[in-house]
Amino acid sequence: MMAKNSLKSLYNIPYGTIIKGKWHKETYKIIKELGSGANGVVYLADWNRKRVALKVSDRQDTITTEVNVLRSLSKAQGMTLGPSLLDVDDWELGDRKVPFYVMEYIEGVDFLTFVRSRGLEWLDILILQLLTELDELHKEGWVFGDLKPENLLVSGPPIRIRCVDVGGTTRIGRAIKEFTEFFDRGYWGLGSRKAEAQYDLFAVAMVIINTFYPKRFQRVATKDGLSQIIEKIEQIPELKKRRKVLMKALKGEYISAAKMKEDISQLKFVRKKRGKQTLSNRRKTREFFISILESLFILSMICLIYAIYVLGKVL
Amino acid sequence: MKKGTVKQILLITDGCSNYGEDPVAMAALAREEGITVNVIGVVDHDVIDERGMKEIESIAAQGGGISQVVYAKNLSQTVQMVTRKAMTQTLQGVVNKELKQILGSNVTMEDLPPEKRGEIMEVLDDLNETVDLEVLILVDTSASMKHKLPTVKEALLDLSLSLNARTGNNRFSLFLFPGKKKDVEKLIDWTPKLEKLTSAFSKLSPKGLTPTGPALREAIQYIKETSIKGLLTYDGEEFFEESV
Repeated sequence: MMAKNSLKSLYNIPYGTIIKGKWHKETYKIIKELGSGANGVVYLADWNRKRVALKVSDRQDTITTEVNVLRSLSKAQGMTLGPSLLDVDDWELGDRKVPFYVMEYIEGVDFLTFVRSRGLEWLDILILQLLTELDELHKEGWVFGDLKPENLLVSGPPIRIRCVDVGGTTRIGRAIKEFTEFFDRGYWGLGSRKAEAQYDLFAVAMVIINTFYPKRFQRVATKDGLSQIIEKIEQIPELKKRRKVLMKALKGEYISAAKMKEDISQLKFVRKKRGKQTLSNRRKTREFFISILESLFILSMICLIYAIYVLGKVL
Repeated sequence: MKKGTVKQILLITDGCSNYGEDPVAMAALAREEGITVNVIGVVDHDVIDERGMKEIESIAAQGGGISQVVYAKNLSQTVQMVTRKAMTQTLQGVVNKELKQILGSNVTMEDLPPEKRGEIMEVLDDLNETVDLEVLILVDTSASMKHKLPTVKEALLDLSLSLNARTGNNRFSLFLFPGKKKDVEKLIDWTPKLEKLTSAFSKLSPKGLTPTGPALREAIQYIKETSIKGLLTYDGEEFFEESV
């Protein structure tokens, strides 16, 4: 009780603290902090010997809005992008009521760390996975909103990309409320903050760019946003390779995540094709050799027959 | 479906007032008129002294709004967040009032089980998206603000971009204090978009006085005279008769 009353901030709930829900009476034991932001803190907690993620916030509306999003997403079939919702309740802390919700604990490493440690070949694969999930999300009438590497976890094996923060998830047609400047097309002067598929696809392009610019870069107010991004793409060969896809996504030319996905898998196909070309070249050389050998063989046979003929005549 | 209008004054300053009426009293007046007052303190290398901090907090508290002190580089995100949160707060006040009428005495959203809260939140989200909003922006242009004004301009353009993504209508107007001749000067009249801002700020000549109180008084007066009918307040009867 003493510890509870002396707890001033939700930002450092100590290990072992028991959180009991007022309404559903479930109890959770805090293990450690997983992450925090302006809208609350997420803790790893123990619930009946299972590991769960528990989010607390000072703001009732934040918790309720996020719970609403998680609920609608879990109703939609096959929606596995975000974590699944397990419980919503209030924690009575003296005379304070702290709202919280509990969700599935997704264990994994963040997107940038994963690509850096496992190799660049994972980049396109993870982006393809992400686009598949986004396509589903968009079809259900939602836009992810605050898409950035910190919100993308890679779990597994089997390796799979997951989104962990649904705070920015918005119904299509509404205004995006939560965003991060670097990934926001409004910041770069490349579109509105209305929730539509293109908003997320812009952010996907910026996630790819962020992979090669881990420190990101800022917009210079006096210059046009797009040309600043293009400049950065041109400086990195790996980005230049993906220029066409990136440009289309930045300009909002993809009508769906599926279309962007098509173009990215095309990128892979081109690489394969180039592989095939070298293969067929090699085959051609071999065929050329075989044909020479054949002609040589025929020539030598003729010579032999002729020699036998001449010999026969002489004898 | 006709809906009411959320009315706000957004005060952007970097310090304490030193001339005219008590700004906290003017904030109280604003609230009586159904106008929320939000205050953003902008710091750069300098810091706001204790007196200035206290004034910023008191104005917002009295005006039913939100206050926040930020570094100039974080201004854009703060301006849009403060405006949105204050809007939600106003709407939540209206919804809580309604709840009390339906459920009796002192029931607020927090007294309801989480499931019911979710349903009310959906209604609140709808209101946030569709309600009309009027923001009178009041910018302190006293000498110390001079080099922060380009950032303020960026932040206001960004605010316009954010709010115009909503379905509801927006109207912005921009006032500066101190003005060239008077305590406060109107720079931009009600407009749905803040695009004209680019040229407006370059003509400024910052002065020494900080007449925050008189500026707030003028702002309240202007909103009363010019704003669209259908005020949304904490006793939002008018609002709910129209929308529900």
